[in-house]
Amino acid sequence: MSVAQSAFHDALFDSTHPAPPGLTDRRGRPAGKRFDVYRNNVAVSLTEALELGFPCINRLIGAENFKKVAGVFLRRHPPRNPMLLQYGADFPDFLEGFAPLSHLGYLADVARLEQALRLSYHAADAVPANAATLETLPPEALVGVRLRLAPAVRLVRSRWPVHAIWAFNMENGLKPRPGAQNTLVTRPGFDPQMTVIDTATAAFIVALIAGETLGQAHEHATGAAADFNLAAALTLLLGTSAIAGIEPGKTGA
Amino acid sequence: MPDRSALFDRLPSAPGVGYKPQHFTAIMDDASPVEWLEVHAENYMGAGGRPLAQLRALAERFAISVHGVGLSIGGEGRLDPDHLARLRHLCGWLNPASFSEHLAWSTHEGHFLNDLLPLPYTRATLTRVVGHIDEVQDALGRRMLLENPSSYLAFAESTWSETEFLDEVARRTGCGLLLDVNNVFVSATNLGLDARTYIDAFALARVGEIHLGGHDRDEDGEGAAILIDSHGRAVAEPVWALLDYTLARAGAKPILIERDADIPDWPVLAAEAARAGVVLNALGKVPA
Repeated sequence: MSVAQSAFHDALFDSTHPAPPGLTDRRGRPAGKRFDVYRNNVAVSLTEALELGFPCINRLIGAENFKKVAGVFLRRHPPRNPMLLQYGADFPDFLEGFAPLSHLGYLADVARLEQALRLSYHAADAVPANAATLETLPPEALVGVRLRLAPAVRLVRSRWPVHAIWAFNMENGLKPRPGAQNTLVTRPGFDPQMTVIDTATAAFIVALIAGETLGQAHEHATGAAADFNLAAALTLLLGTSAIAGIEPGKTGA
Repeated sequence: MPDRSALFDRLPSAPGVGYKPQHFTAIMDDASPVEWLEVHAENYMGAGGRPLAQLRALAERFAISVHGVGLSIGGEGRLDPDHLARLRHLCGWLNPASFSEHLAWSTHEGHFLNDLLPLPYTRATLTRVVGHIDEVQDALGRRMLLENPSSYLAFAESTWSETEFLDEVARRTGCGLLLDVNNVFVSATNLGLDARTYIDAFALARVGEIHLGGHDRDEDGEGAAILIDSHGRAVAEPVWALLDYTLARAGAKPILIERDADIPDWPVLAAEAARAGVVLNALGKVPA
C-alpha cells in the first residue's frame, strides 16, 4: 500500500499515532520504533532551533522546561519555511498565552527582545549616515527632515525590566529592579547591541520608524516627556550607526 | 536541454569541510589541507550581517558548494516558489562551484519539518522528483547534484532499488549525484543491505561530490542496531574503508567532511580532511 506524506506528517507530530502501515524494517516487518527516529529528528532539531534563538528564555525556565514548552510550540506552530534563522517569530505571543507559564509575566517580552536581537543580526547591511549632513542644515529645515533608520534597528518597549532581566541572566548583570524598560537594538558592526532608553526617546524612535519627520517625532517625544533631550537622542542614533539616511524635507510644504 | 556542463564539476577533487562560523578565523588563517567549503543554503538567506559578510570573504579564497536542506524535492506538493527564488538569489550572487540537494521530502502543506524524510521508490515518486529537479535546474540555470539519503526504514511499495532510482533520475534530468558514503553505510546497516553491493550498483560516473560524516548507534527495540546519521562525531572506520572501496572504483572526487553537531575545534576537522587528502593522494600513486 502507498504511504501518503500526510499520514507520515500526522504521525510525526503525534506520538500516540501509530507509524503508518507500509513502512518496514530490514526484515519486512512493520517499522515500529524505527519511525521514532524521524519523530525524534523533527522534534529535536526544531527544539534546537528555538534554543538557539531564545537562550535567555532557556535560562529563565530551565533547559528541561524549555524542551517541554518547545515541544508544544513546534506542534502548534511548525516552521512555515526552511529558513530556521527566522523560526520562532510566533514564540513570544505563544508564551504570552501559555497558561502554565502565566506566572512569569515578563517571559513574552524577553522573548521579543531575543527575537529583535536575532532579526537585527540578520538584517540588511546599511551605510551609516554622515552626522555632518544634519549639522549643515539650517535649523528651520531640520523639522522637515526624515531620518531613515537602518534595517537592523529594533525597539522593544515593555512594562517589565526586560533588558535588565536579559543582562542578569546572560551577562551577569545587576539584579533586575521592577519597572518598565524600553530597549533599543542597534547594530554598529555585525553584533547587535542594546541601549535602555527613556519613554520620550522611545516615542521619538517609534515616530521615526513610522516615517514621520524630525519635527513630528520631536512633538511625540515632548508629548511623552517635556524634558526630552533631542540632541542626546540624535547622538545615540548617530553613534550606533542607527541612521541610514537623512532625507531633507520638501521646501515650501 | 541547454548545456550546463560548464557549471558542473567545478569542485576540486580535494578535501572540503562543512563550514561553521566558529571556524572562520582559523580557516582564513590557514585552512590547509582544505581546498573548498560547503555551506547550508538556508543559513545564508538572511538579508545581511555577519553570515553573508563571512561567506563573501570565504568565496574570495575558496570554491564554495551550496548544499540545500529545505527544498523538499520529493514532496508531494509543488516546490515552494519563494524558497526556489531564495536559492536562485543565493546562487546568483555567490556563483558557487556546486549546488546540491537531497532525495527526500521535508515540507508538507506549508509545514517545514527540518528533517530529510524518506520516499518510496515508485513510478509516481520518479515522475515527481524528475519534474522538481527539472524545475530547480531551470530556475538556477545549472545542473545540480542529488544526494542519496540515510534510511531507517523501507517502503513496502517500492519497486526500484535506491541505486536504480537515483540512476534513472540522473539519466532523465541530467543532474549529477552526491554520494554520501556514510549514508550508504547507515542505510545498509539499517536495512540489512550490503554496502559494497550498493556502491557497485551506484552510477559512480555521475558522482560530483562525496560526503563523509559520523553516525551514532542505537537499537530498534527488536535487538537490531540502528545507525543514526547524526553528523555528531568523527567518521567511523568502516566508513573510511567504504570510501577506499568507492574511490578505487570511482577515481578521485571532491570529498567533504560533514560535522553538524558537537562541533570540534578546527584542527580536529582539518585532521579528518587531511586523512581524506591522504586517501586521494594514495589513489593517484596506485597503478590502474
